[in-house]
Amino acid sequence: MSNQLLRVSGLSAGTEDKPILHDVSLAVGAGETHVLMGPNGAGKSTLGHVIMGDPAYQVSSGTIEFDGKDVTEDAADKRSLAGIFLSYQAPVEVPGVPLYSYLRTITQKRPELKMTARKFRARVGEIADQLDMGSSFLTRELNVGFSGGEKKKIEMLQLLLLRPKLAILDETDSGLDVDALSVVSRGIETYRADCDGALLVITHNTRILERLKVDRTHVMVQGHLVAEGPASLIDSIDEHGFEQFEKASAVAGGERA
Amino acid sequence: MSERTEKRTQVADVDRSLYDFTYSEEGYERYEDGLTPDIVRAISEKKDEPQWMLEMRLAALDTYHAKEMAPNWGPSIAGLDMDHISTYVSPRTKQAKSWEDVPDDIKNTFERLGIPEAERESLAGVGAQYDSEIVYHNMREEVAKDGVVYTTIEDALHDPQWEPVVHEYFGTLIPPADHKFAALHYAVWSGGSFVYVPAGVTVEYPLQSYFRLNAEGAGQFEHTLIIVEEGADLHFIEGCSAPKYYEANLHAGAVELFVKDGARLRYSTIENWSKNMYNLNTKRARVGADAKMEWVSGSFGSHVSYLYPTTILQGARSSCEFSGITFAGATQDLDTGCKVILNGPHTTASMDTKSISKDGGCNTFRSSVVIGRRAEGARATVSCQSLMLDDISRSDTIPAMDVRNATASVGHEATIGRISDDTVLYLMSRGCTEAEARTMVVGGFANPVSKELPLEYAVEMNNLIKLEMEGAIG
Ligand SMILES: Nc1ncnc2c1ncn2[C@@H]1O[C@H](COP(=O)(O)OP(=O)(O)O)[C@@H](O)[C@H]1O
Ligand SMILES: [Mg+2]
Repeated sequence: MSNQLLRVSGLSAGTEDKPILHDVSLAVGAGETHVLMGPNGAGKSTLGHVIMGDPAYQVSSGTIEFDGKDVTEDAADKRSLAGIFLSYQAPVEVPGVPLYSYLRTITQKRPELKMTARKFRARVGEIADQLDMGSSFLTRELNVGFSGGEKKKIEMLQLLLLRPKLAILDETDSGLDVDALSVVSRGIETYRADCDGALLVITHNTRILERLKVDRTHVMVQGHLVAEGPASLIDSIDEHGFEQFEKASAVAGGERA
Repeated sequence: MSERTEKRTQVADVDRSLYDFTYSEEGYERYEDGLTPDIVRAISEKKDEPQWMLEMRLAALDTYHAKEMAPNWGPSIAGLDMDHISTYVSPRTKQAKSWEDVPDDIKNTFERLGIPEAERESLAGVGAQYDSEIVYHNMREEVAKDGVVYTTIEDALHDPQWEPVVHEYFGTLIPPADHKFAALHYAVWSGGSFVYVPAGVTVEYPLQSYFRLNAEGAGQFEHTLIIVEEGADLHFIEGCSAPKYYEANLHAGAVELFVKDGARLRYSTIENWSKNMYNLNTKRARVGADAKMEWVSGSFGSHVSYLYPTTILQGARSSCEFSGITFAGATQDLDTGCKVILNGPHTTASMDTKSISKDGGCNTFRSSVVIGRRAEGARATVSCQSLMLDDISRSDTIPAMDVRNATASVGHEATIGRISDDTVLYLMSRGCTEAEARTMVVGGFANPVSKELPLEYAVEMNNLIKLEMEGAIG
């Protein structure tokens, strides 16, 4: 496993006045599926944001390498073009920007996705169909007035269109009804199958994992990665919750202090 | 000047030289700077006007001199030295009906602005003014067959059929004594458009007049007079631009719009002045029963603007919609807004405006709603949204209401927003640069206005927003 796609090493990060992540190390190989679990407020979203390059957080130590390059200092747009994708827990609304032209813009930023306007239209239509999105979605404004589930579908639409090497899905499944959940699951499967992309899935819900072959599971508590294991770790968490790890984290935190 | 042809509709490829080019005014007829009865007489004589017009000009000149220079409530116009503004600059050319007959430098100007192309593709008629005179005017034959008249005021004054009509309407909606620069306008007006749409006629495609001020240190004082008769329907588009100079330029046009019973007029404007321009423009519409006035206005550029299109809803159940946007960047102080006077019963007005302030630019939005005593059940809503792109810019909203009928209602809402970091992150994490992300958000903010414009103009407006976001317009 020397050729990792993503390698986070000794990463500590937080906001200006609050450390959130402590000495986090994690590696994801190309095409692998990893799961990140942990109680609310553990720092999972923060880790996703820091990997994406959200300037709201400062890295105080450690590095993030992606595809063989150190991207710790890179802005989010550079990381995106390098192949990192983050599906947001709460995608923002951008009034007045039509979804379709937005999709065209972000696709055209990528030389490897160069296609004619006509081909692009067909491609977007195809993905929208896969995700059970009506064609009226595309003429609407980016995320504006969409339900939580619909916004997650729009995230999946972008994922399938942009074909990143790594997708971090931050609770893409939470708050979805059964139908939306199965659509999103199908989207993830398609991403795995068509793009051979790697996944880092942040979730509370094991349902979304049922149809995925999980390679590794990570557990985060209070900003520490406290456990890492095979897919079976998920079942253990399902049964016993995070309590077992919370003690470990208290110890880790205590050692630090 | 190089002969590169630029395509105005090419959004991806923004070229800052698009508006900012000039041609020499060598050989042009330029009247002395400053304002004297002699200059006014010379303009009138050159136009071979009826006596009443000359008298109106001279009376307006007296009014101009009698009125105080600066209003004490808006941006400073101290930089405007009227002794150094030439009020009349005429390219030495006759008005042409074919672009072939327009001199090359002037034709190139309009080619670069995309006017002939737009005419071929989507307009019913075009007028193009260069400095003080209209250099090109043409209208599709089928429109003329319906009895629609689209010409210059000068030509209408020479036509025995239309001279009395101009006489009847000209200067009645915006009287010369309205304010100092209205008086100036009537003293030295030149060029502009006269449009007459007969009762019941729907003009399928828009008519467009484009005003280009090329000469340095000059003024442009075009007059637009539009009469839309009962049940008729017209979309008129006004475009304006000027290159950058170091001396102040002045624009003091007047637009008088008469919308008769049951008629509809849409008046769309894209103004893109250079940042040495004082834009002191006056626009007013009077609307008859069951008629509708629609304004769409995009104001870019100018150093100082005073601009408040006014609608008088005179007839019962008449209505007006205003949607406008202004963009103030560095060195700009734009005082804009809109006014509506609801006189008829059950009249309705809705005004939706947006302003963007950046790099220390200053936007002041004034709205004025007056509801008259007879205006039973009248309703007016004003909404003003401001977007501030940094902490050094300014945005103020000054609403005024005067409601004299107890059954009427007025609503007002104003918001000031900024681009959130979350939004910038979202767009950047999908591959946009920070600048692209901001431009996209600003374009989205402007979208409710630009989508009211015909496609080419919406594209032009987006283009202008891009240029402003890059700080590229001089
Ligand atoms: N931008 C921020 N400013 C201040 N506190 C934050 C910020 N982002 C996250 N936090 C705090 O960091 C902790 C971890 O949050 P988060 O990463 O959202 O957890 P999770 O996704 O695991 O539920 C929480 O206590 C949260 O309040
Ligand atoms: Mg979270």
